[in-house]
Amino acid sequence: MNAKASSRNDLYLILGFIVAVALGPIIMTPFGGYPDLLQKFAIFGIFAIGFNILFGLTGYLSFGHAAFLGAGSYAAVWCFKLVGMNVLPAIISAMIVGGLFSALIGFVSLRRSGIYFSILTLAFAQMCYNLAYSVLGQPGMNLTNGETGLQLKLDDPRYFGESASESGTIPPTSMFGIEMKQIHEFDLFGMTVQVSNGYFVCALFVILAFYVSMRIFRSPFGMMLRAVKTNQNRMSYTGLNTRPYALAAFVISGMYAGLAGGLMSAMDPLAGAERMQWTASGEVVLMTILGGAGTLIGPIIGAGVIKYLENIFSSFNDQVMTGFFDFLPDWLGSAMVWITSPFVGEGWHLTLGVIFMLIVIFLPGGLMEGFARIGRLFRGSRKRGEGAADAPRVPAE
Amino acid sequence: MTILTVRNINKRFGGLKALNEVNLTIEEGTVHAIIGPNGAGKSTLLNCFIGRLEPDTGTVEFNGTSLLGLKPHQINQAGVSRVFQTPEIFGELTLLENVMIPAFAKRDGAFTLNAWGPVRGERSLMERAMEMLNDVGLAKKANDVSGQLSRGDKRRLELAMCLVQEPKLLLLDEPTAGMARADTNNTIDLLKEIAGRGITMVVIEHDMHVVFSLAQKISVLAQGTVIAEDLPQNIKGNPKVQEAYLGGAHL
Ligand SMILES: Nc1ncnc2c1ncn2[C@@H]1O[C@H](COP(=O)(O)OP(=O)(O)O)[C@@H](O)[C@H]1O
Ligand SMILES: [Mg+2]
Repeated sequence: MNAKASSRNDLYLILGFIVAVALGPIIMTPFGGYPDLLQKFAIFGIFAIGFNILFGLTGYLSFGHAAFLGAGSYAAVWCFKLVGMNVLPAIISAMIVGGLFSALIGFVSLRRSGIYFSILTLAFAQMCYNLAYSVLGQPGMNLTNGETGLQLKLDDPRYFGESASESGTIPPTSMFGIEMKQIHEFDLFGMTVQVSNGYFVCALFVILAFYVSMRIFRSPFGMMLRAVKTNQNRMSYTGLNTRPYALAAFVISGMYAGLAGGLMSAMDPLAGAERMQWTASGEVVLMTILGGAGTLIGPIIGAGVIKYLENIFSSFNDQVMTGFFDFLPDWLGSAMVWITSPFVGEGWHLTLGVIFMLIVIFLPGGLMEGFARIGRLFRGSRKRGEGAADAPRVPAE
Repeated sequence: MTILTVRNINKRFGGLKALNEVNLTIEEGTVHAIIGPNGAGKSTLLNCFIGRLEPDTGTVEFNGTSLLGLKPHQINQAGVSRVFQTPEIFGELTLLENVMIPAFAKRDGAFTLNAWGPVRGERSLMERAMEMLNDVGLAKKANDVSGQLSRGDKRRLELAMCLVQEPKLLLLDEPTAGMARADTNNTIDLLKEIAGRGITMVVIEHDMHVVFSLAQKISVLAQGTVIAEDLPQNIKGNPKVQEAYLGGAHL
């Protein structure tokens, strides 16, 4: 393991990542990509990258990270209401609020480990959800606007901006005058590519998020986090205090979640309690495991795959399926529609469940392990019999 | 000078009296062996030194300050390292990382948010860790995942992890158990060399060959009580010791 070579590989990795993010809108256009979906890729990518710093490195499985994402998106909307429509202060306050919430919840939850830790985080997140859904949505102390969700109003003060635009509407979210929702179109290879300004902002943050995570992975701190996962006893008899390491990882991942929530509000300035629900917390767990927990890029791939499949499967309905099975005889076609319809539309989570089961059973290391196996297959067929299979298993990155 | 003073330690596990009024003093710069039959309470005694167990009564003083109530990491930071009877290593990490972690702990303290610079930039620390691996004969495997090592190799790795910290007091719980004869001899040579550097050691060992070639003083523990403490040459002739070892079969 040559130090120069590995730092060069990291450089290639980050450059490749930047290129992929920059070309994302073009690459995804033939596959039905559109600005909203691409923004989602980036936002959930950030969420999963952060989650992976906690779960992938320390092994602490939090089932409550949606609470930090939700708290971040409320904070951002409040920033739009009180400060102004610039997304930067909103995103920064979302990160701070995500960090504060995670410091509090992490401090208590990390007194336990294993399943008890997971249950504690789950319980805290459900408490946050209930607070947001009802208690803090009551008149008198209305922070979340309950089940309607927190929205912007014309009479919001916006002390450092303008309450209403010249045309008398709520001003759009922007970054120094550049509107997030504005979409640019251009023609390329006979297709029309759409990019929103919001995507550029999300792209910038996902690149930063990836870069920071890479620094953490390669740092002594990252090594300590892997030590937390492997043997906490040995760590403490080695003179290391494990608790602050785990807490730091928890807070960092909470800030990532806050950032993701802030970006969500920056793209669309409203926040609802459902973002904090346990299903949302579970989703980021699935993304991370599906892509490959503990690998650098696995979680982003997992986030992309899940959001892409969600986009496809949830848009299908019985009509689409009927059209799909048109080529079959009538009776067989309607049988197929009957079989498949529970897996699409509202029922797409059923599909997600099946995919997840298959991955966990056949590729416990996630998609990254799949790629690594394919890679070995190719290398193995070139120089057969050199004991490639006996090589120590290193996490694919 | 005395580095470790243990007074009147008692430790019960339910109905079992694992340690009974144990007194022990360890002199700085010496190798002190603790021997005794299985289940005598030797490992339990070490557990009371490193904060893994709290004795029911009694005191443990290291360099004049009490170790009782301190967290394990604080005791290590004070200069006490231990090789465990069942190897405690970071099984998912490489050997080099296993040795670098204690080196970081020694240099940066119990917690540092050292999250920006890469590990590979820590040249001097890495070289030092490699040196330690070389000393214990594992340099060739530096980049292997440590969980795959044989039990004897894990022991030697753990030894390297302790040595890189240059502890004031090194506790070794059966350091050669599970090792082939050749490795045992290498390890004894290494331990002798370490003793020569002036590191104080407490060694628990069954192998009398190891004990007699290392120790300046021997304490014999049986059923939680120190039944003898003497120079190596006098221990063999002690009737209490011979009785504890079933008529001296082991000696
Ligand atoms: N954590 C524990 N809980 C209950 N009993 C223990 C525990 N640790 C050790 N013992 C018991 O205490 C006695 C002494 O054990 P130990 O110190 O490991 O002996 P040695 O190291 O001398 O072989 C044994 O009978 C053992 O079963
Ligand atoms: Mg023992």
